[in-house]
Amino acid sequence: MSVTETDSTTPPAVEAATTDALDRPKVPLTRLVRVELRKMVDTRAGIWLFAAMAVITAAAVVLYLLFAPEEAHTFWGFVGVTVTPQGFLLPVLGILLITSEWGQRTGLGTFTLEPRRGLVVLAKIIAAVLIGLAAVAILMGVAAAGNALAGAMDPAAGAWDVGGREVGNVVLLQLLAILQGLAFGLLLLNSAAAIVLYFVLPIAFNILFTLIEQLRDIAPWLDLATAQQPLFMDQSMTGEQWAQLATTTGLWVALPMLLGLLRLQRAEIKTA
Amino acid sequence: MIECRNLTKRYGEHVAVDDVTFTAAPGRVTGFLGPNGAGKSTTMRMLCGLTRPTAGTAHVLGRPYHDIPNPGRSVGVLLDASAQHSGRSGREVLTLSAMVMGLDRSRVDEMLALVGLTPKEAKRRVGGYSLGMRQRLGIANALLSDPPVLILDEPANGLDPAGIRWMRGLLSEFTHRGGTALLSSHLLREVEVIADDLVVIGRGKIVAQGSTQELLAGSGTVARALDEPALAAALERAGLNVTTTSAGGLAVEADPVQVGRIAAEQQLVLTELRPAGGGGLEDMFLQLTAEDSREGAAA
Repeated sequence: MSVTETDSTTPPAVEAATTDALDRPKVPLTRLVRVELRKMVDTRAGIWLFAAMAVITAAAVVLYLLFAPEEAHTFWGFVGVTVTPQGFLLPVLGILLITSEWGQRTGLGTFTLEPRRGLVVLAKIIAAVLIGLAAVAILMGVAAAGNALAGAMDPAAGAWDVGGREVGNVVLLQLLAILQGLAFGLLLLNSAAAIVLYFVLPIAFNILFTLIEQLRDIAPWLDLATAQQPLFMDQSMTGEQWAQLATTTGLWVALPMLLGLLRLQRAEIKTA
Repeated sequence: MIECRNLTKRYGEHVAVDDVTFTAAPGRVTGFLGPNGAGKSTTMRMLCGLTRPTAGTAHVLGRPYHDIPNPGRSVGVLLDASAQHSGRSGREVLTLSAMVMGLDRSRVDEMLALVGLTPKEAKRRVGGYSLGMRQRLGIANALLSDPPVLILDEPANGLDPAGIRWMRGLLSEFTHRGGTALLSSHLLREVEVIADDLVVIGRGKIVAQGSTQELLAGSGTVARALDEPALAAALERAGLNVTTTSAGGLAVEADPVQVGRIAAEQQLVLTELRPAGGGGLEDMFLQLTAEDSREGAAA
């Protein structure tokens, strides 16, 4: 069977294609990441989510500029008000990135074109992290614009009180939020359940730790919100606080992600 | 080339696919025929590595699906035309597939044209597509890389008669070039015009396989008589294999002349005498379907 004899006007002989097929390179991870990035913005739902993030971030800055006390008009103050709404929406993005493969049943096609399921999930994680970093950059830009405006209106305001450590903290917070969203999505494979649980669980835990006195001491080791609290402060974290962040991240991000991945490796990808 | 060997899938007590062995050969369209719930889709999912078999092997191009690098280039798959993001445009669905496979984007337009989706239709969201349009999009997606193997689950479902004829042309051209096509259907009439070979499955088990011509031609004769037990006895005395069909009448493994002669010798009045003419397969298939729908009604 000669491949070179194939007439260029007709599709290649199928037998030749068969021989080629089996020593073709695998799909590279970079390509899968590009596809996942595209999937985030090629539906109306995706566009709306990004639009909502942009609008809410801008609105938060404007409201802060108008209504917050002027001594709070500093860069860190502006960053603070933009982090919160983004922190709500970025995890939803992470959740949908995973669960839409099941809810919209596109997983059938996705995992047929790339049967290495772990690799598909890795591509989604990388894509989500890239989006998270971009979101932080935009957030910083919007906050900086707000702060510059505040400084122009009142010379006493507009202090540039954000250093490398603060930027690092914000990046860490947003990435943890996205990763937790991905983990919950992967564990539950259902958009509604994952979104509800993502928002309800921390509240439930908070109530639990507030009500039960004996638990209060260990709360920072188990409750993600408590452990993340120091990241919002403008002082450096202690070793113990880092350890608490690590255990809570392990419990709420790494563990569900791992369980979800293990199940995905074995699970059947079905339509109905 | 597609090969299933002793393929079995169990869900607890329920055996969805039971020791299925068949081969879909290159250059031929193999129809995978069975009532709904017979195990066709489960078998196809196992072929595509989406469902793990309990036992047995499923090979495409001589190896398990997950060992084929960039499998989209080798195997065109359509498992469920409705399994698309409703918010994505038809064109975008194909673009994403082309990206994963590393294909030139021009293939997207070629395939859209091939399956008859206009640029305007391709820009619309899949959520608004009719079933026929989704099937066409799914077929375009499967053909995108011009793969040597096609696995299509109920591709004719939702297509109008013209669409089915179009698909027959498409597949015969595909197999003419040496491609292997496996397509499932729950309608005998639908596959008999498309498939060169048939694999018939019922309740997870293969009940018949062979070339469509052979299976539809069946062998033997259908005979009815006023006194059927007497005719059956006479035929059996002559050493012929006789069975009473579900529709009444006798199925005899002999040609009509032979049966007529024996009836004449015994002076039995025949009310019908004809070659089986595929009635065998049809009867068997109807029986399978009827049994399953009874079971469904009882459950």
